[in-house]
Amino acid sequence: MSHDEYQRYDAKILTPSFIVLLAFTLIGFALIAVRFIKGIGAVSNMSDGYPWGIWITYDVATGTAIACGGYAMAILIYIRNRMHYHPMIRSAILTSMFGYGLAGFSVMVDVGRPWNAYNFFIPSKWQVNSAMFEVALCVMAYTTVLLLEFLPAVLTTLEKTEWKTLQLLLDILYSRMGMERPERIGDRLDKVKDLAAWLKPRLDKVLIFIIVLGITLPTMHQSSLGSLLLIASTKLHPLWYTGFLPLLFLINCMFIGYSIAILESVISCYAFKRPFETKELSGMARIIPWLTVIWLSVVIGDLAWRGQIGAALALDFYSGFFLLEFCLVAGGSLLMFSGKKRESIRWLFVSAVLIVLGGALYRFNVYLIGFNPGKGWHYFPALAELLITVGIVAFEILGYQVLVKILPVLPRLHTRQQLDAEHGVAEKA
Amino acid sequence: MGKDALFPGVNRRDFIKTCVTVSAMLGLPFSMVSKVAAAARKSDNRPAVIWLHFQECTGCSESLLRSSHPTISNLILDMISLDYHETLMAGSGYQAEKSLHDSMEANKGNYILVIEGAIPTKDNGIFCKVSGKTALESLRKAAEGAAAIISIGTCASYGGIQSVSPNPTGAVGVRDIVKDKPIINIPGCPPNPYNFLSTVLYYVTFKKLPELDQMGRPKFAYGRKIHEHCERRAHFDAGRFAKAYGDPTHAEGYCLFKLGCKGPATYANCSVLRFNDGVAWPVGIGHPCIGCTEPDLLFKTAIADKVQIHEPTPFDSYAPVDLKDKGKGPDPLTTGFIGLAAGAAIGAGVMMAKKLPDGPEKGDDHGKTE
Repeated sequence: MSHDEYQRYDAKILTPSFIVLLAFTLIGFALIAVRFIKGIGAVSNMSDGYPWGIWITYDVATGTAIACGGYAMAILIYIRNRMHYHPMIRSAILTSMFGYGLAGFSVMVDVGRPWNAYNFFIPSKWQVNSAMFEVALCVMAYTTVLLLEFLPAVLTTLEKTEWKTLQLLLDILYSRMGMERPERIGDRLDKVKDLAAWLKPRLDKVLIFIIVLGITLPTMHQSSLGSLLLIASTKLHPLWYTGFLPLLFLINCMFIGYSIAILESVISCYAFKRPFETKELSGMARIIPWLTVIWLSVVIGDLAWRGQIGAALALDFYSGFFLLEFCLVAGGSLLMFSGKKRESIRWLFVSAVLIVLGGALYRFNVYLIGFNPGKGWHYFPALAELLITVGIVAFEILGYQVLVKILPVLPRLHTRQQLDAEHGVAEKA
Repeated sequence: MGKDALFPGVNRRDFIKTCVTVSAMLGLPFSMVSKVAAAARKSDNRPAVIWLHFQECTGCSESLLRSSHPTISNLILDMISLDYHETLMAGSGYQAEKSLHDSMEANKGNYILVIEGAIPTKDNGIFCKVSGKTALESLRKAAEGAAAIISIGTCASYGGIQSVSPNPTGAVGVRDIVKDKPIINIPGCPPNPYNFLSTVLYYVTFKKLPELDQMGRPKFAYGRKIHEHCERRAHFDAGRFAKAYGDPTHAEGYCLFKLGCKGPATYANCSVLRFNDGVAWPVGIGHPCIGCTEPDLLFKTAIADKVQIHEPTPFDSYAPVDLKDKGKGPDPLTTGFIGLAAGAAIGAGVMMAKKLPDGPEKGDDHGKTE
């Protein structure tokens, strides 16, 4: 594969949105510091009844699904061999990398005794029958794989860099200190360049195996995210509690992944004022309704089989959320079935938003809304708890914004005749 | 065991049964039974036991005789060499005194001294005399050559009823007089004979004293409160108490705490071992425990007095069915924040959708800039 498919987006880094996102990021991370100093109860409303709250529900369970753009794109490109989507993969992988890395980070914020976390790296302490262990292992491995998949972008840049900014900085620094700049710094920088040049072709050779891992791992742990709730048979509402949870979570992450790839592309083209990649997007949108139809069929068939159709139409609290989730996904899919609507960026955007919202609501329903640990328990995220999640999301968008401006991530414009594609700003939100 | 056996009249089956019982009592593994039996069988090994009676009612001895299986009485007499026991020995007068003196000489430093009854100390102890010697003198002399002293019953252990105020004879327990010998207290009024037997057999088997608590009682027998293993405990936990003797609640077998049962403050194994060979015990037949193994309870508190329960407090109602609200729900600030954010997101989404081009596009023109 060629690395010339990508280009850096040359623009100012310090934009107003950068400042706003930075502010949210700083607030969030300050509150994380509070959590580690004063304890988890100081920032969150979690309790013995609700040992997981918005951090796990959003950052981990939903966030990783939204970060499945890279997974969905990899399936499309490498499994279905649609190489003309290839220029879009790097930005998808970048958002996946942030999504997964920060999901793992959220777990560290969430666990009650983070100082015991090192046990995870000691195989003798593993509980290999645990779905949670599988999720943890896969998330960690997949984050590493995503880093490797993204590494070529960094290496290409290192290889070609002339360290202009760094040189300037060093000059200022040394002149301030009144010293001569030693020669060996230049030598060392050259060595880094050489190393990058040496590593890049070797990495390219094994990249395909890493990509295979990158497709296997999400398949494993996205279904495990559903398996996690299998243990809560008396706590999860019967509308959602089913033996098909792993399957539903797997399909769910795929259609969210494609939808989010569309959203990323539309939003980043809009924000960076680049031309829309209508053709690629509508091609991708063709896949989504088939996935959602399978998903909705499993949901309905399962409800009918378990005799819960009545509960779904009861129009109570739970039924309301179920119907909302159902209608969002079904509505978005209906729009995408129409070939004409698929040609329209506006309708692509609307239907992708509906599907992402519906798919994410499904995960919220399973993890939080349909979850009732027993009489008397209540949970609603505290403001500080929410702001930590907001801070993490802001950090993801911020990181994306900055990295596309310093690394070749977005599809190269002049090669994009029919195929470029794109990136998205972000995300999740 | 044949006719020539060590213990005539005891068949092997009963002997082993007793050894198993004793091993279990001591909390020893089953494999130790043979060791206990071997120790009990050896004739040379029989420890000499000298049993002295002072201010007492002989209830402890009677308990030992009456409440045991007949063959166990034989065992008690044969497994130890009971050289002097005023109630049981056949001899009397000079003959008895000689037997006592001979045994103390022959087994000097090795015999087990068993004391039953309190020792009067006022006026040089003239309130209790046997063959012209006061209890005080007899105890001091016998204690000199003893390997260990077992105080059987609450009187010998702590002074018992004789020592209750005004205590006209100045009665005290053995531990208040003898300070330089190991003393094992087997309190109770009367104590369970098996606790005594087990203590002796432990000594015979292992040549050392069993582990004792601060009150000098063997932990294997006095390590837990009656309350902890009481058959009426479930009633206590459920808040069902007998209100009066003869009341339906009493007839139903409810907990006797409110009638003054001292079980929650009394360390003894009566609730597990019971008396009369495991048939009955006070609480089992409807009488509250009077705390006879506790120096601060027996004769110091009225039978109807309730003891303080430190843990757990008895329930005075059923566990509530309607639970209180737990966990934290939404607060106005958070919901306001979410509302604003959601509104802004929906608004921005709609505005953006509006600005996005509708219909097929080449892609070069799109809505507004930002």
